[in-house]
Amino acid sequence: MALLEVEDLRVSFPGPGGDATAVHAVNGVSLELEPGRTLAILGESGSGKSVTAQAVMGILDVPPARVAGSVRLRGRELLTLAPKQRDRVSGEEIGMVFQDAMAALNPVFTVGDQLSELLRVRRGMSRSGARRRAVELIDRVHIPAAKDRARDYPHQFSGGMRQRIMIALAIALEPDVLIADEPTTALDVTVQAQVMELIAEIQRDSGMGLLLITHDLGVVAEVADDVAVMYAGRIVERATVEQIFAGPAHPYTEGLLASMPRIDRRDEELYAIPGSPPNPARLPSGCPFHLRCPRADDVCRATLPALEPLPAGRASACHHREELLHVSH
Amino acid sequence: MSATDERVLRVENLVRHFPVKGRLPFTSGGVVKAVDGVSFDLRRGETLGVVGESGCGKSTLARMLVGLERPTSGEVRFGDAVVHAARGRDLRALRRRIQIVLQDPYTSLNPRRTVREILLQPFEIHPDALDRKRRLDRIRELLDLVGLDPSVHLDRYPHQFSGGQRQRIGIARALALQPDVIVCDEPVSALDVSVQAQVVNLLERLQRELGVAYVFIAHDLSVVRHISDRVAVMYLGKLVESGPEATLYDAPAHPYTKALLSAVPVPEPVGRGDRRRILLAGDPPSPVNPPSGCRFRTRCWQATETCATTEPPLAGDERAVACHYPLAA
Ligand SMILES: Nc1ncnc2c1ncn2[C@@H]1O[C@H](COP(=O)(O)OP(=O)(O)OP(=O)(O)O)[C@@H](O)[C@H]1O
Ligand SMILES: Nc1ncnc2c1ncn2[C@@H]1O[C@H](COP(=O)(O)OP(=O)(O)OP(=O)(O)O)[C@@H](O)[C@H]1O
Ligand code: SF4
Ligand code: SF4
Ligand SMILES: [Mg+2]
Ligand SMILES: [Mg+2]
Repeated sequence: MALLEVEDLRVSFPGPGGDATAVHAVNGVSLELEPGRTLAILGESGSGKSVTAQAVMGILDVPPARVAGSVRLRGRELLTLAPKQRDRVSGEEIGMVFQDAMAALNPVFTVGDQLSELLRVRRGMSRSGARRRAVELIDRVHIPAAKDRARDYPHQFSGGMRQRIMIALAIALEPDVLIADEPTTALDVTVQAQVMELIAEIQRDSGMGLLLITHDLGVVAEVADDVAVMYAGRIVERATVEQIFAGPAHPYTEGLLASMPRIDRRDEELYAIPGSPPNPARLPSGCPFHLRCPRADDVCRATLPALEPLPAGRASACHHREELLHVSH
Repeated sequence: MSATDERVLRVENLVRHFPVKGRLPFTSGGVVKAVDGVSFDLRRGETLGVVGESGCGKSTLARMLVGLERPTSGEVRFGDAVVHAARGRDLRALRRRIQIVLQDPYTSLNPRRTVREILLQPFEIHPDALDRKRRLDRIRELLDLVGLDPSVHLDRYPHQFSGGQRQRIGIARALALQPDVIVCDEPVSALDVSVQAQVVNLLERLQRELGVAYVFIAHDLSVVRHISDRVAVMYLGKLVESGPEATLYDAPAHPYTKALLSAVPVPEPVGRGDRRRILLAGDPPSPVNPPSGCRFRTRCWQATETCATTEPPLAGDERAVACHYPLAA
């Protein structure tokens, strides 16, 4: 049994004109995460990465959102839990960090107070015990002079430090799963490297599973074990990180890798995937990528390809997946 | 690229200090030395990349280059004219020749104006740039040039476009008056890789066709390498190193450049455990009280006493570095 199993997850939001204009943000996503492993979810803006994470975390407003499918943590179904129990699970067994730390932290309390309050309410710790643990956590995320800094408010920290405070909050209750939604997108490279190194270190110590959402292929190559690529609310390719970078088995992944500028050489022109992503309220017929795909044919325009297995444990949702695997090797 | 030896911009010892308020009313908290003595030349038709951590002064520099911010001292020369000294007609003429594209495609366009109105606006400010009867043709050409369809897009509002399309509208607006220089302040930072590739390719094509010179500011070092002929590295308001793209990336001479480059995640999972990365300790120091001597010394692994007492000047011409002990190639 995997630590976290997501099966056929579907999320939609009603549109202004009712069901006909509903936004189908997630259309049947299945994932598995093992303890101590890092699964990266890659995909274009609007492909449903954050909504998937929010559904797993249980922080979507239902209604208006409609959520179907299954999310299991150590075999226990979360989607059917009563709201109170669900909150407990998402607070204690699953932690989350986001891109915007300022929005996640409360501006009117010191960071020490925010951490100790969490420990007192959830762990029933004493005031002084919670305070001591809060300082330890601030120190754990490598903020110098933790004892003094605990008395500071969020705005008194730099962007990278605020991100580290949010990580301290997310790991305070020692969750089994950490979901990180673009944790370093707002940071510059030197600070980004520090934050990713910190997350990896905590993971090594605690064996926590990490679901990392990002569109930075460099970060994926550095930290992920497995990769799931999303397009238009679906997973279109799943593989190990080595497999993906050695040769993608889906034209969208191929385009994504080709459009990345490299730091170790200078290319004449970058490849750019033509067109723009489809509107999730009006997906095209057949394969949702067919309007932008250089390999599209009549089958692609008519029939939606399912995520089908390929050799070596990988999978791709493309009618031409076998050929692709051959060309790229 | 078709860079010539003609200088379109000469930047001479540019300084911008911002006074900050003290903790008590009516007291002074000193000054933020946002830009503190920056000099460089920009040649016709070339791209100069500017990189550096958040807060090092890149946007302040950009605003001074286009005359939106007055320098505390120093000057920006365009031909024979000094940008911030120009008044009235001269100033308007200069503004035509030097344009800016900003980071955020979501806030840099007026949401209540259609694309037609947004693109006509530069001609309302500069009525003598083009005869009224020919303006509509011109903006159709501009849209076409940036890959948007005038018959479909002319009367839409910004919110009806994707991020990449909005950034292209911003570029079309900057091109309207056929400038010699476009200052791009993080023009692709908010876009994901596939859209980023479209915008970068567009900028390069326009340079080939129109001979416009770019100052391209970004914190993504891979994009900067891809687009730039020369690159300048900024740290706490000063340039610490500059040179041709290939030599600077392949053989950095300043320790900060080296650290910055080593922090960039490499999109290649094979051998990732063996990669050597220089993790800079801590955050950049405050620009209110920059360290004495070399500003990088508080984070530099080879700092000596000389570095604390004597500021290293930016020495060299085509390839310049500000360090007492530059790294060997
Ligand atoms: N609360 C909501 N109500 C209605 N639509 C929503 C809501 N949240 C997300 N969506 C829509 O669902 C789709 C998927 O959004 P999501 O935020 O998951 O994208 P993403 O892959 O995380 O993109 P990004 O990389 O830009 O963060 C988008 O079309 C988005 O507009
Ligand atoms: N109007 C202002 N008043 C006071 N301080 C300012 C002002 N504008 C900028 N600063 C300060 O000047 C420094 C440089 O800011 P600037 O915006 O130029 O940095 P940047 O390199 O563009 O950073 P980023 O990568 O985050 O955009 C910062 O410390 C900033 O807080
Ligand atoms: S199914 Fe067809 S259109 Fe879709 S990705 Fe594969 S080749 Fe392209
Ligand atoms: S001058 Fe000294 S402190 Fe500054 S970068 Fe060079 S070695 Fe480091
Ligand atoms: Mg998101
Ligand atoms: Mg800036």
